[in-house]
Amino acid sequence: MSTATGYNFAYLDEQSKRMIRRAILKGVAIPGYQVPFGGREMPLPHGWGTGGMQVTASVIGEADKLKVIDQGADDTTNAVSIRRFFAHTAGVETTEQTAEATLIQTRHRIPERPLQADQILIYQVPIPEPLRFIEPRESETRKMHALSEYGAMQVKLYEDVARFGHIATSYDYPVMVNNRYMMDPSPIPKFDNPKMSMMPALQLFGAGFEKRIYAVPPFTQVESLDFDDHPFEVQSWDEACAICGSDHSFLDEVITDDNGSKMFVCSDTDYCRERVEQGFVGTAADLPIAEVGTN
Amino acid sequence: MNTVVDLLTSASEWQDIAPLLSVRELNKFYAPGKGCGDINFDLYPGEVLGIVGESGSGKSTLLSCLSARLTPDSGNVIYNSEQFGEMDLYACEESMRRVLMRSEWGIVHQHARDGLRMNVSAGANIGERLMAVGERHYGDIRAKAEEWLTAVEIDTGRIDDRPSQFSGGMQQRLQIARNLVTHPKLVFMDEPTGGLDVSVQAKLLDLLRNLVSRLGLSVIIVTHDLAVARLLAHRLMVMRRGEVVETGLTDQVLDDPQHPYTQLLVSSILQN
Repeated sequence: MSTATGYNFAYLDEQSKRMIRRAILKGVAIPGYQVPFGGREMPLPHGWGTGGMQVTASVIGEADKLKVIDQGADDTTNAVSIRRFFAHTAGVETTEQTAEATLIQTRHRIPERPLQADQILIYQVPIPEPLRFIEPRESETRKMHALSEYGAMQVKLYEDVARFGHIATSYDYPVMVNNRYMMDPSPIPKFDNPKMSMMPALQLFGAGFEKRIYAVPPFTQVESLDFDDHPFEVQSWDEACAICGSDHSFLDEVITDDNGSKMFVCSDTDYCRERVEQGFVGTAADLPIAEVGTN
Repeated sequence: MNTVVDLLTSASEWQDIAPLLSVRELNKFYAPGKGCGDINFDLYPGEVLGIVGESGSGKSTLLSCLSARLTPDSGNVIYNSEQFGEMDLYACEESMRRVLMRSEWGIVHQHARDGLRMNVSAGANIGERLMAVGERHYGDIRAKAEEWLTAVEIDTGRIDDRPSQFSGGMQQRLQIARNLVTHPKLVFMDEPTGGLDVSVQAKLLDLLRNLVSRLGLSVIIVTHDLAVARLLAHRLMVMRRGEVVETGLTDQVLDDPQHPYTQLLVSSILQN
């Protein structure tokens, strides 16, 4: 193990980490409640995952194995940079395999493989306040949370149904945590919402710009909002993954040339790789692009 | 109107009815002479009380104090609630006041923009209060929204349009529909006809008068327009410099004003 000289373990100083851990503990004690914390400057801009990184920095230990995903992929710029950052400053082992990781920092996805009780999932959150759409005043939204006044939130869903005939919100889909607090699940697709409920792993949310931390403890009920006559539904695709043939994972649409050709592939690259290793094949398995997608 | 006539049929019955709202020694001053003070009155179920007076006489301040939006310096506002029983508005929990505001009360603002959500459709504006009190069936919410649009004479085809696309008169009617959808018992109105042209005013007043009598609403209406007061209010309170100078039945106050200021007010209307 080697850490960069001149830096404390995992970049943040111990006092900052303790402060963030206190916020995390409070968040875990009150599922879904947004705990303000003294957000620190991180060596990258807000909006690139500074909230998630601060949470990761304060819970990571020497024995941890870190996985970072961005839109489900381990090999996008953001994921690579953050993984290398912690490899560099904390000297921890990193992995791309969901099953092996003890800490997973994520942006926009929950891994397809069900998470276990010994894992922690850390979300990067841009806007932690689900009521912001309907109420711009912070003083008012806090009051609405305190008094559980969440009727106005249905207005957003009403507008969807009135305009599109169905609930068209497809990501950042508001949820009720433990029947008490309305929570913004970060911009994950609503496809992932059901995974949050009763998950054995601890889920932590860090919003660096807005300086808020919140949490969903293991085995906590998380319910997506809906109407009685327009129940919550997740996305589905007519196609299967072109690489691994999966018909039950979240698919990304990939444009393959200038003539409008496209293919659908798993957004969770690790899940896709695992399935290919197990021998599953999709329609594009013999195309060279399949190798690019799986290496 | 009928409700009041019924109430007045027997004097003994009249005694038995508890006031919906009782105001005692209410004071709210921003500075000496600015605000309202020494306010005492009772409002009975089904009654329409008009508060008239010149600009700056404390009418709107009083209305804000009555509708739990502005904490008074002293005094009590006792409201007889269906859900909570008799309650002192400013001694109770804020959560209770907020429940009242979206269930038993309606507040119609002078500027429709203050009372509407301008960035969501008319249907959502009407439906919001229903959703706030726990309605979760889209079809029902939409049906009620259509019903109320019809009740306030807005074409139901406009249900998905935003209030910003509505005329001033329509916005005001939409605001009224949005407030009445949960069947409130008490509605506070601050200059509901302000800024509308005369013919639209007349239509709105006609609509209001019908709704009030049909639903048996109690209303406290603030206006500087005596014609509005004469048309809607059963009883009048005349305010000047933060104080009530005269109260009485509307016709009595307007036809036989006692206080010099009321006399001035009544005589300043153009006569033909």
